[in-house]
Amino acid sequence: MSILIDKNTRVMTQGMTGKVGQFHTTNCKAYANGAACFVAGVTPGKAGQSYDGIPVHDSVMDAKAQSGATVSVIYVPPAYAAAAIDEAVEAGLDLVICITEGIPVHDMLRTRYKMLGKKTLLIGPNCPGLITPDEIKIGIMPGHIHRKGRIGVVSRSGTLTYEAVWQLSELGLGQSSCVGIGGDPINGLKHLDVMRLFNDDSDTDAVIMVGEIGGSDEEECARWIKGNMKKPVVGFIAGVTAPPGKRMGHAGAIISGGQGGAEAKLAVMEECGIHITRNPAEMGRVMQKVLKG
Amino acid sequence: MKIHEYQGKEILRQFGVPTPRGVACFSVDEAVAAAQQLGGAVWVVKAQIHAGGRGKGGGVKVARSLEEVHSAAQQILGMHLVTHQTGQDGQVVRRLLIEEGAQITKEFYLGMVIDRSKQRVALLGSSEGGMEIEEVAAHSPEKIHTVRIDPITGLSAPDAAQVARNIGIPDVAIDGAVVVLQGLYRAFVEKDAMLAEINPLALTADGRVLALDAKFNFDSNALYRHPEIVAMRDLDEEDPAEIEASKFDLSYISLDGDIGCLVNGAGLAMATMDIIKLYGGSPANFLDVGGGASKEKVTEAFKLMLHNPKLRAILVNIFGGIMKCDVIAEGVAAAAREVHLKVPLVVRLEGTNVEIGKKILAESGLPIISGSDMADAAKKVVAAARAV
Repeated sequence: MSILIDKNTRVMTQGMTGKVGQFHTTNCKAYANGAACFVAGVTPGKAGQSYDGIPVHDSVMDAKAQSGATVSVIYVPPAYAAAAIDEAVEAGLDLVICITEGIPVHDMLRTRYKMLGKKTLLIGPNCPGLITPDEIKIGIMPGHIHRKGRIGVVSRSGTLTYEAVWQLSELGLGQSSCVGIGGDPINGLKHLDVMRLFNDDSDTDAVIMVGEIGGSDEEECARWIKGNMKKPVVGFIAGVTAPPGKRMGHAGAIISGGQGGAEAKLAVMEECGIHITRNPAEMGRVMQKVLKG
Repeated sequence: MKIHEYQGKEILRQFGVPTPRGVACFSVDEAVAAAQQLGGAVWVVKAQIHAGGRGKGGGVKVARSLEEVHSAAQQILGMHLVTHQTGQDGQVVRRLLIEEGAQITKEFYLGMVIDRSKQRVALLGSSEGGMEIEEVAAHSPEKIHTVRIDPITGLSAPDAAQVARNIGIPDVAIDGAVVVLQGLYRAFVEKDAMLAEINPLALTADGRVLALDAKFNFDSNALYRHPEIVAMRDLDEEDPAEIEASKFDLSYISLDGDIGCLVNGAGLAMATMDIIKLYGGSPANFLDVGGGASKEKVTEAFKLMLHNPKLRAILVNIFGGIMKCDVIAEGVAAAAREVHLKVPLVVRLEGTNVEIGKKILAESGLPIISGSDMADAAKKVVAAARAV
């Protein structure tokens, strides 16, 4: 088992005929079971074409009907990406992963509102995607740094997630699934949602949770962990040195109105029993120590 | 993206929110002429800078004659206005807003923000006008009334009226307050704002409500559909290094320290700043070169960091995923040569093609210090900065 995706997942790429969509779909197709997993592409007006052996359809509905794909990954440019999510939700997909960075916040507010009561789960936007090592990778992360194993990883960042994964792999600690939930202020699954899934996954023994300044997702997750989590959690928060009021790259990485500072997050996480580290080079080693008890 | 008060008020007026009459001015003569044109016997001379806390810093003065307008404008224009939001050097005042005075009986606070955990626009109202909402939240949170707004139906008149009553606006002014609240919400959504504040909202002696201040911060991801907002950008209010960085699609924030860092990815860039601090150093900047760090981009990034006279060392921390380490190494070596780098440079590379990348750096003939991992690189750059 793993969370959200495995080798039997069937995926369509929305934004299939763009450069970014093509590049990453080819990479994903080449990873593990990717050739069987990536079965369709969507670009309006381009039905009948194919790319890298993958047929392109006009709509998510068509792609779903003809390929059986129940998951989509979105590389559509920011001005159209929220509408692409809406289309996938309307078509009743199980899971949508939106890689696109730079979607206006008000677009995401409307999209999230329309998702209420729908079954579709959203990961991202502005995220690297997710991977279940040696089975399937959906997104832009480098596959080769991962190793199959029993540690879950959930993070708001891209390269900092790779750093955490790399440290684990170097120590021989493989991963069950790694989920990048994205750096935007309005997004789909949050730390807490992914943590629940890892808690229920019989193939996950422990979780690394990587957060950053802005919002209160990490605190909400930490409070849930305190009362519910059956597995050890290691945590790091990026941005202890970030000044307030400045957006640190990610749209959601901003300390505003005295809220969202790293120290406050770390304090709540520690209080809730998470094994925190303030050293981003120690995430893997702290996990190793925790597992040895 | 932030704008000035007078620009914020222009936007509010477009959405039916009443404000005092006022004129933006760039010189003392213009200020006096504006006061004459506005008429009346009392004027307010207000410094226009993007930071808050202008009144306490001496940037807002009441004038009761044209002579007083003249002297207030003279004092404020060109001053280094220091507030709790500007830093100790303050911000030079280049623009003024001259407004007619108003007879105020009470002041209120109105604000609009994106509530991230509820995924709604939240309207905040408080009876404590003129105070910062953070202070009210800390000392008397019960005085803040919050409504989360349904993005499809918007802010209804009954909800708006309820908020107005809750914060103590008298019956006579409720209809006016509803106009203000609904206008503020429409401006917030239609202009893609992330934050808006009317603080204070004034109740006048004749029972009207007026926006005495206006603060907006817009979603930079939505500026492509708002050329009218982009036209309001004032580059004098922004850090020149950050403006320069944005031309090359680099995400850069100036900090107080002396160790420059160049990193790919926002999270890793913050973590790199943090680890420099952890090992006793002090980061000079946040710099995310993004996913496609070409030689040109890396060169520009080096130049940006080198503009900082305090800079004593540079740490490059790259986790090459899609971006390959050999490409980065070529870029770093070429950039270091082009800028004739004089400060110590520590490079940590990891990921795809890392061995080729390290070889390129080792054979470049440049005095590059190699870091084996993030901790090793941080220790080395802190030591190098101290030795300079």
